[in-house]
Amino acid sequence: MNESDVANIDDSASASTAATMVRMDKVTKVFGDFVCLDQLDLEVRSGEKVVVIGPSGSGKTTILRVLMTLERPDSGVIEVGGEPLYHERRGGELVKAREKHVRSVRRQVSMVFQHFNLFPHMTALRNVSIGPMNALGRTKDQADARSRELLGMVGLSEKLNHYPAQLSGGQKQRVAIARALAMEPKVMLFDEITSALDPELVGEVLNVVRELAHTTDMTMVIVTHEMGFAREIADRVVMFAGGRIIEQAPPADLFSAPQHERTKAFLNAVLQH
Amino acid sequence: MLTARMVAQADGPGEWDWAFARDILPDLLRGLWVTVRATAVGIVIAMVLGLMLAVARRSRIKIISWPVAAFVEFVRGTPLLVQLFFLFYVLPTTFGIVPSAFVTGALGLGIHYACYTSESYRAGIESVDRGQWEAATAVNLNAVTTWTKVVLPQAIPTVIPALGNYLVAMLKDAPLLSTITVLELLAEAKRIQAVTFRPTEAFTMAGVLFLAVSVPSATLVRFLERRYRYERV
Repeated sequence: MNESDVANIDDSASASTAATMVRMDKVTKVFGDFVCLDQLDLEVRSGEKVVVIGPSGSGKTTILRVLMTLERPDSGVIEVGGEPLYHERRGGELVKAREKHVRSVRRQVSMVFQHFNLFPHMTALRNVSIGPMNALGRTKDQADARSRELLGMVGLSEKLNHYPAQLSGGQKQRVAIARALAMEPKVMLFDEITSALDPELVGEVLNVVRELAHTTDMTMVIVTHEMGFAREIADRVVMFAGGRIIEQAPPADLFSAPQHERTKAFLNAVLQH
Repeated sequence: MLTARMVAQADGPGEWDWAFARDILPDLLRGLWVTVRATAVGIVIAMVLGLMLAVARRSRIKIISWPVAAFVEFVRGTPLLVQLFFLFYVLPTTFGIVPSAFVTGALGLGIHYACYTSESYRAGIESVDRGQWEAATAVNLNAVTTWTKVVLPQAIPTVIPALGNYLVAMLKDAPLLSTITVLELLAEAKRIQAVTFRPTEAFTMAGVLFLAVSVPSATLVRFLERRYRYERV
């Protein structure tokens, strides 16, 4: 550590941003009349596992989608790894970013989708390799070697040359996880990744994510309805409703002693069955 | 070339004469060859240009998408015959470009059908699930790779039947090229009729020859369609 680093840490403001991986500042997203994100502030520290819970249709997924640049927020600023995602600093001012900038910041983020969204015309191996080859400048051999490792890690060494249509839902989702990991993201976004699965296949997918959460220092933002899973892996649970964060706390606190009426009602409803 | 021998040999103009039919066959085949070449060049233009028009029309940049949309609607809204005349007479007189009649004709067919194939491509592109685009973003593919490796490989198989129909339709529109002096199949048949006053053999054979090309083309398309089909997730 050199002197300028030390000087930076002394300055408490920049020390806290150094540890911040994702920062959403008054982010608003409106669809027609529906205010999906209402001046949302959310910070996620580097390595933190944040689980977002809340009623269906409340826009939890939109938080992930604006982070992945699948939806452009109407206003507000988002920073990933200290870099503004939709803005560029030019002449001391934040201006709308060009596509090239968005793409370079987005490189730190990857996402696993509810409906897998695997490329159906590619084998499992190609699905995982294409990103690193195109966006990380890997050669085919490098990318394939890494993809084999990752597919092995999610238990699919035998399925490298299978097409998505030949895989079960759980297997598809594990390929999708490997595909996202191949991008070496600092931030992983999981969007209700077990909601489209048959109940008996949920476990194999959650095991992979649990393993990842416990063994890597990757930052994770997870939207899920699996409360047991949330309790197990989350550093912090965020209750989201009406476009805002209702309350947030470590899972032990939030699940056992929710402060807000709306959280209590929600938890009552989902934990009942 | 038709000879006086053929004319002399002929019986009454209404009766089928096998010897006459055999004699005019080489001329008709030469015409058919021109038709097939014009169609082949035309379909290549229609497939490539059509794809470019479809992609350009989806551009977020309005200076690109609007003129393309206007061009497609204009071409689709005017007869091929008028477009052929335009290319044949206006290109040389106004722009000083003098391509051969064949090139003009093939180009005319290709451009005309490109505007139809572009709509098929567009439908094919729209049939690709939005999640595919989103996954491409999630693995940070650039625009070119997203198109060439993700979207088009899924869109184009769905477009093959439509392209095949346009191929056959184009073959059957090729006789319009006779109006701009291209000696294709129908023009040859007309020429034979004009010289020999025997319409029966020439036009019947022209029809049969068209059929002989269009039926295998349709079969080929069905084969391709089966071959490139894959299961959707």
